[in-house]
Amino acid sequence: MSGIVFDRVSHDFGAEPIVDDVSLVIDERRVGIVGANGSGKSTLARMINGLVTPKTGRVIVDDLDVARRGRDVRRRVGFVFTNADNQIVMPTVREDVAFTLRRHRLPAEDAAARVEATLERFGLMGLADRPAHRLSGGQKQLLALASVLVADPAIVVADEPTTLLDARNARLVADHFRALDQRLVVVSHQLELLEDFDRVIVMESGRVVADDEPAGALAAYRSLIG
Amino acid sequence: MIGVFHPGDSLVHRAPALLKLGLLAVLVTVVAVQSSLVVLGAAAAATIVLFLVARLPARAAWRQIVPILWVLAFAVPVQWLFSGWESAATMAFRLVIAVALAALYTLTTPVSATLDAMQLLLRPLHRWVDADRVGLALALAIRCVPLLADIVREVLEARKARGAEGSVMALAVPVIVRALRTADHLGEALVARGFDD
Repeated sequence: MSGIVFDRVSHDFGAEPIVDDVSLVIDERRVGIVGANGSGKSTLARMINGLVTPKTGRVIVDDLDVARRGRDVRRRVGFVFTNADNQIVMPTVREDVAFTLRRHRLPAEDAAARVEATLERFGLMGLADRPAHRLSGGQKQLLALASVLVADPAIVVADEPTTLLDARNARLVADHFRALDQRLVVVSHQLELLEDFDRVIVMESGRVVADDEPAGALAAYRSLIG
Repeated sequence: MIGVFHPGDSLVHRAPALLKLGLLAVLVTVVAVQSSLVVLGAAAAATIVLFLVARLPARAAWRQIVPILWVLAFAVPVQWLFSGWESAATMAFRLVIAVALAALYTLTTPVSATLDAMQLLLRPLHRWVDADRVGLALALAIRCVPLLADIVREVLEARKARGAEGSVMALAVPVIVRALRTADHLGEALVARGFDD
């Protein structure tokens, strides 16, 4: 079955439960997760590609158990972090995009063609040989997204990808997310980013407190935070 | 190596990184053991020719060599005073040529080509050394320099804003904590990008 399944998943970092007995089946194309700081939404998102292993319960991605088949799952699931600086490894933009493909063992010409096509798609071709750490915040986040997309994952998970950006760059990055063909799970505080998604899940104290189409779920979240 | 690569299609740019690394090692060794000013002068001329062949902007090349000139501004007079002008000139030539050759390599070779060369070099040792891991460690070491520089700059600003200038604790503690946290995040990002072994 193609989809993400959380089966009675719980996790804690000490005494406080971070994710508390969550069961979900996500088979929509674009799903948002919202919640206050510490609500467990980022931990839940990290479980999708095995960055966090739940203490109890199972996470299944496209029929693959994340705990047992983590490497296979990570080939299917790309992850975009809040702070792109933590995701950039190589000195130049082109090299960082190419870095993702080093483990894919593609022929050099194929890898180079994919890197060029990805740079073009994200408008980074003009910056290809620039030092990655000297890009603007928006450009860095686009680079982080390009570095994930070059591997052509089936699912993209993004943890607050626009939080550190100004309004213009946040809109630019959000537009790129909207244009993706991949299935998308986005954790965000920027509710307008999720308004045209297929489904929004609201978390509070490690539990799912609302799960609906965006209008209903976002209204529930707004009333929750007052 | 951090962001100094200058793209181009000259003969020097197109030469394999492994060949360039080998030549760099040989030339720097020769320059280091050579004490004839005539030979060192010829080596300096050859280095200039290599820069011209590489068609690098003079400004980019100059920026790489300037730091060593500051060192020499102090070291040469001292050497002259204690060992004579010939010894001072030999030292200056050696250092400038070695730095210029290293700069030529970094200006014409992307880091990824260096990593590939390292992996090629280590391949015969695959039983004892994981070439991929060495390459990744090298890439991370290079990446961490600007990351750490950013952390130190931000902490210095925060220390100044709090009026704690001069406090070693107010610098060291946040820098160490943030560096460790950044290392965690970087590790997490590597796992997410498939480098999970």
